[in-house]
Amino acid sequence: MAPVDQEAGGGLLRFATAGSVDDGKSTLIGRLLYDSGTVPEDQIAALDRTAARNGESEIDLSLLTDGLTAEREQGITIDVAYRYFATPRRKFIIADTPGHEQYTRNMVTGASTADAAVILVSAQVGMTAQTRRHITLAHLLGVPNLLVAVNKMDLVDFSANTFAGVAASVAEFAATVGAEQPILVPVSAKFGDNVVDASARTPWYEGPPVLAALEGLPQASRRCADASFRFPVQLVRRVAGADGSQTRRYLGRIESGRIAVGDTIAVLPASTDTRIRAIWTFDGPLDTAAAPQSVALEVSDELDIARGDVLAHATARLRVSDRFNATLCWLADRAHEDAGRILIKTGTRTVAARLARVDHRLHGSALGAEPSPTALARNDIAQVTIQTASPIAFDAYCDNRATGAFILIDEATSATVAAGMIEDAVTCPTLAGT
Amino acid sequence: MNSAEHLLDGRSAAVQSAARDSATSWRHLDDLESEAIHILREVAAECANPVLLFSGGKDSTVLLRLAEKAFRPGTFPFPLLHVDTGHNFPEVIAFRDRTAGRLGERLIVRSVQDPIDRGRAKLKNGNQSRNALQTVTLLDAIAEFTFDACIGGARRDEEKTRAKERIFSVRDTFGQWDPRRQRPELWSLYNARLDTGENMRVFPISNWTELDVWQYIARENLELPSLYYAHPRRVAVRGDILVPINGMTQLDANEQVEERFVRFRTVGDMTTTVPVESQGTDAQAVVAETLAARLSERGATRLDDQTSDSSMEERKKAGYF
Repeated sequence: MAPVDQEAGGGLLRFATAGSVDDGKSTLIGRLLYDSGTVPEDQIAALDRTAARNGESEIDLSLLTDGLTAEREQGITIDVAYRYFATPRRKFIIADTPGHEQYTRNMVTGASTADAAVILVSAQVGMTAQTRRHITLAHLLGVPNLLVAVNKMDLVDFSANTFAGVAASVAEFAATVGAEQPILVPVSAKFGDNVVDASARTPWYEGPPVLAALEGLPQASRRCADASFRFPVQLVRRVAGADGSQTRRYLGRIESGRIAVGDTIAVLPASTDTRIRAIWTFDGPLDTAAAPQSVALEVSDELDIARGDVLAHATARLRVSDRFNATLCWLADRAHEDAGRILIKTGTRTVAARLARVDHRLHGSALGAEPSPTALARNDIAQVTIQTASPIAFDAYCDNRATGAFILIDEATSATVAAGMIEDAVTCPTLAGT
Repeated sequence: MNSAEHLLDGRSAAVQSAARDSATSWRHLDDLESEAIHILREVAAECANPVLLFSGGKDSTVLLRLAEKAFRPGTFPFPLLHVDTGHNFPEVIAFRDRTAGRLGERLIVRSVQDPIDRGRAKLKNGNQSRNALQTVTLLDAIAEFTFDACIGGARRDEEKTRAKERIFSVRDTFGQWDPRRQRPELWSLYNARLDTGENMRVFPISNWTELDVWQYIARENLELPSLYYAHPRRVAVRGDILVPINGMTQLDANEQVEERFVRFRTVGDMTTTVPVESQGTDAQAVVAETLAARLSERGATRLDDQTSDSSMEERKKAGYF
């Protein structure tokens, strides 16, 4: 066995799966869990009993991801479920998003933290409207890697031509919406071809099986270490020094980039500058730290830094504005109709806001623009303008997921009603650049 | 050969290679640790009066180390609470008290016996499992101290129902979990706001597996109750299950008692927690055994979860942690 490659791959990989029941998504996940040795014996025994009871000769792998009693009774999947498996090379977290009418909400949720999206397409059916929607959503959520598993190759006699046809249409569509070019793998989830092991029945396919492809993908959080330094302050705590003096430490997680003692930083949105005096962890002080570490920082000056502020290098600041454009995904059952008060949480800051304008709704499988909608309903995706009660610091979502993402919270019910991705400030005061 | 045996054969090579190599690559622990610290700090910042549920078990012991990583050199911004079933192993209780003392953190203990004595909780018989009864005591403690958030060591890999659990999970006025009312949870933007009477449960190690927990215990050199490591113990062999002999064990007429080398994978209620055979006398050895284990944690060690496929879902809906 090859030694673990610490640079490419390694660490956690989170991926979201998308596809309808008919595409064999549950079977593919079941196969990954199964062939990686994750499924315990007692669960297999339970499946075996189920198969015997239903008069089936084969275990139904899709049952491994079958969830709640309420769902089993109604034959539906309510929500995103998280699954775990590990190979010698890395640990995986699957966000398994079901494909029914709540689909957009679930896929957006699963994709928000994903390093990769695994999209199922049936080789028999080819690309569908739903496939186009999956690819578009994955791209919209900034998922850095796309893998399209062309499933049910057993039903098309492992035909190279059929696969090439599906692959070409998927690649063409991905290019159209500006998405990353997907990794395309011909698979039979039911029989295991090109899932964990390379298949002898696709000699014309030279790429890796699904698992090997996932093992080799870069981790988004590690990639973030090369981006600009972003540190949303979670908490401020006072620490007593040896001489009895009090020092303030700023607790948080480095969402992107790296920091070193002595670096000049800006506190945003206030836009005051200071220097990093110390970087602390429970295991001792550090000279440098990088995403995704959780640390405590000390700065050189006595400043009024609080939860909600973001620390950045003085030379690579966030934008600051109280009005910005965003892509919004409405998640709540209740439609949004009025321009009432709502709370926005971005990073560690929560402020009052309102939807100043709904510019247009993105419609259909390719999410084309539909102008001037009157209301936003569940699963709607729209271009909006948001006005906040006070300026916030942010990045464009395409530059930084952590500082460009937000949720909207209904102040009356405390429910999370929408998720959004910031595009740009509207009036662009660029306080941050001055 | 039935299909289960067929598939088991196919995957044994993967299990063995994982056992060989995974001990050398623990970088994922750094990622999981940082995520958990971030979650603990979010609870401290957003909740008015949180509490950390500490049972003396391995998962909540990991939580305490994560809290140290999040808040030291300061004190924890929450007390510790143990809901004592009265059926706990004495080693676990001693470990609980020793650990709280070593950390210098406040430990609150509330007993399942109290509502039984007051008639708020009823037992069918004296030796019945008290897992479900913890709910009453937990809700009483939440009311007594007006806790708005309970931090727990539950993991999504433990059981099917848990796979859909949020990291910040809302419970209604009656402490009940409604899968349809859970909030979508995106990025790491947790919504900790509550309506009146609602309560938050927070699970910082949601994304950890049993293996991750053991690897972390080994890496951080954490002390655990001795029950977690291999020791000789008198047990009754009941099918695949080793029933430990204690004051509450009810033996069938023809059951034989023998001594085996065992360890516990969970250390909950003495009447329902059973050990597995083991030679693992330290955390590294348990990591190796966990990699090779082919029974899920609950399947191997809990008598009550085998009652029905949906027993956990029912208890969660009723407010069980």
